[in-house]
Amino acid sequence: MRFAVTEQDTALAEAAGEVLAKQAGAEQIRAGWPGGRTESVDAVWRTLAGVGVTGALVPENADALTLGPSPGPGLGLGLDENALPPLMEMLGRSGLPVPAAEIVAVGAPLLAAAGAPQLPSVLEGSALLTVSLAPDAPVPFGARADLIAVPHGDGLRLYSREEVETEPVDSVDCSRRLARVHAPAGGGLLLAEGPAELAAAYGRGVLATAALLLGLAGRMLELTLAHVRERHQFGVPVGSFQAVKHALADVELAVRFARPAVLAAGWAQAAGDPETAVRTSMAKVLASEAARKAARTAIQCHGAMGYTTEYDLHLYAKRAWALAADWGGPAQHREFIARRLGLAGGRTVQEATEESRANGGAAAGPGIVSEGAGT
Amino acid sequence: MDLTWSAEEEAFRQEARAWLAANVPANPLPSGDTRAGFAAHLEWERALFEARWSVVSWPEAYGGRDASLWQWLVFEDEYHRAGAPARVTQNGIFLLAPTVFAFGTEEQQRRILPRMAAAEDLWAQGWSEPGAGSDLAAIRSRAVRDEGAGGWRLTGQKTWTTRGAFCTHLFGLFRTDPEAERHRGLTYFLVPLDAPGVTVRGFERLDGDEGFAEVFLDDVLVPDADVLGGVGEGWRVAMATTGSERGLTLRSPGRFLHTADRLLDLARAKGPGAHRDRVVQSWIEAQAYELFTLEQVTSIVEGRQVGAESSLNKLFWSQLDIALHETAAELLGPEAEVDGPWSRGFLFSLAGPIYAGTNEIQRNIVAERLLGLPRR
Ligand SMILES: Cc1cc2nc3c(=O)[nH]c(=O)nc-3n(C[C@H](O)[C@H](O)[C@H](O)COP(=O)(O)OP(=O)(O)OC[C@H]3O[C@@H](n4cnc5c(N)ncnc54)[C@H](O)[C@@H]3O)c2cc1C
Repeated sequence: MRFAVTEQDTALAEAAGEVLAKQAGAEQIRAGWPGGRTESVDAVWRTLAGVGVTGALVPENADALTLGPSPGPGLGLGLDENALPPLMEMLGRSGLPVPAAEIVAVGAPLLAAAGAPQLPSVLEGSALLTVSLAPDAPVPFGARADLIAVPHGDGLRLYSREEVETEPVDSVDCSRRLARVHAPAGGGLLLAEGPAELAAAYGRGVLATAALLLGLAGRMLELTLAHVRERHQFGVPVGSFQAVKHALADVELAVRFARPAVLAAGWAQAAGDPETAVRTSMAKVLASEAARKAARTAIQCHGAMGYTTEYDLHLYAKRAWALAADWGGPAQHREFIARRLGLAGGRTVQEATEESRANGGAAAGPGIVSEGAGT
Repeated sequence: MDLTWSAEEEAFRQEARAWLAANVPANPLPSGDTRAGFAAHLEWERALFEARWSVVSWPEAYGGRDASLWQWLVFEDEYHRAGAPARVTQNGIFLLAPTVFAFGTEEQQRRILPRMAAAEDLWAQGWSEPGAGSDLAAIRSRAVRDEGAGGWRLTGQKTWTTRGAFCTHLFGLFRTDPEAERHRGLTYFLVPLDAPGVTVRGFERLDGDEGFAEVFLDDVLVPDADVLGGVGEGWRVAMATTGSERGLTLRSPGRFLHTADRLLDLARAKGPGAHRDRVVQSWIEAQAYELFTLEQVTSIVEGRQVGAESSLNKLFWSQLDIALHETAAELLGPEAEVDGPWSRGFLFSLAGPIYAGTNEIQRNIVAERLLGLPRR
């Protein structure tokens, strides 16, 4: 038993952290909003790609697989899901408006496995890829991505943006560039099919999103701590008032208890633990609730300042609300766990387990994803 | 990251499981916070000691098994899953013993620990006083040097002393230097409760058990050998071990995992949909507590210090315990008022945010020591 992130996994997160500290401030998040210069966001993403972020979960010899034996440098780092929590938490903290979970955790590894010719451009950060496994839901970055993978027909299919019809949708977090995506019958490259493959892809997306939420929660807490130390009322810092202290202690509590659950979900995925799906859903529930608590507490402790768009806090809070609901909100994940624990429809755990086996790994839920992946 | 147990830990688990399966009393014992229940519990704890399961993490010389922290966690998990009785010796074993290991002389360790492990000496915690609860440094019970008798004369009153009426000994803080600054003039004493000058009065807790006591001390003579950790060092010694009380030693995850499993059984029995969201949330939090603990134990095993973090444990387990029991009450509906394990557990869960330092005090600690917010 050892519950600690390995040096290899922290090393990548730290490398990304260095890039982000230098290049990704709040102005980069604003650049993702309509009217902003998304080129500057893309430039940061390419730098991150350069330190290996995009290829974290891609096998080391992926370029040889896709492009034939080539002299180019290996594009993938060949890490497993244990690398996702620290890396994604770091990306989450930055608030950089890119589909990070969709590329790093879900898309790039699937492209590599499918031998997709678009892999190198995705790994270099020159093509922006997005993925959604929820049918009919608005696709994050669908209005801006070059490559879009959505469920269609027999499984998850990859399209170029010209191949699909996109209909932009306004989001609370305008940097998410949501769009509804309509894929034509036929066409696209099949990236994943069947319950087991879809479940694994879905689980990675959920896990990565949970970790992004932890990062956002941590950043909001930090901004708030700095504020309540500086802001004075009644002649003292507002952070010396017990009501404020206790509210922030509760945020710390929520974050500190969500983090081990996220790490454990990463381990479960990498180790093929039989409880992976439940552990993954648990992580998303705890991280989503922690981030929501962080957002509302941060706004409250900033007073009216927290209720403006001039100050940076809202950029992180809006991302947190978006991600808390994306890849299955807490209620949806609790519902899945309820089924797994035999709390649905009066079935026993044994019955639920039998059914889940029959379904290829998870109990049934709504939609294509949950057939195999459990939402 | 490796969340699997080693072969050695698994073997330890199997051994514990087999023994517990064969020995845990088939019918639940009466509450250990009643006189009759206390006696029944002692019988159980002595059996536990005979089989060397009462203090698994202690050195073998003192009745333990030299078990690692991991093995201790495994044992706790098995203990609660087996439905074994709550430990009436826990305040000695989990609160005093770490202090004796850290600050006691060799003579004290040899004299105190084996008898504690064997449930021969039964220890009560004498910290709180009528005028000193959260503000523990305000204690007024005093100890005056008696050169002639070669010891100290203790006078004052302790209160909220868990199972004080049934215990044989008290460990507590007394003021030895009234001139010194609040935290400075305190000393940690060990006091036999049958010493001349001691009067113990039991009184009822919220749940009706007579498990609390007031302890009155009137010129009670205690020899120098029963000062723990040095004269004037009481505060430092006591604080060094409060982590045990708030954190993992007092509340290992096994207890909450077991309650969460019982909650699932109840929910399944109640049929589909019954308060499912709440049930699942409580279950998730019990798992989260275990994972947080595994992370903390890893830190400790790798040599890092767990300090104010134990306040996070305390906040989390105390709130979790209430959530588990309130959810059970929802499931039980009108049955919730019937006296039984769930209603008793509920009443006890309400004490969680109060004892071991109230949750308000823990939030102050988190805010000031972990988040660096200014004191007032
Ligand atoms: C079941 C149970 C068992 C116990 N067993 C023992 C035992 O064996 N030995 C022993 O010595 N003691 C024991 N105690 C006592 C326990 O340690 C005290 O109750 C506790 O420290 C709180 O002190 P108090 O009860 O005097 O409350 P007070 O300190 O009077 O607090 C009253 C309220 O004011 C709040 N408050 C106080 N100070 C602050 C502050 N600075 N900031 C914010 N809020 C504050 C508290 O949080 C609480 O809500 C036990 C208590 C219980 C409930």
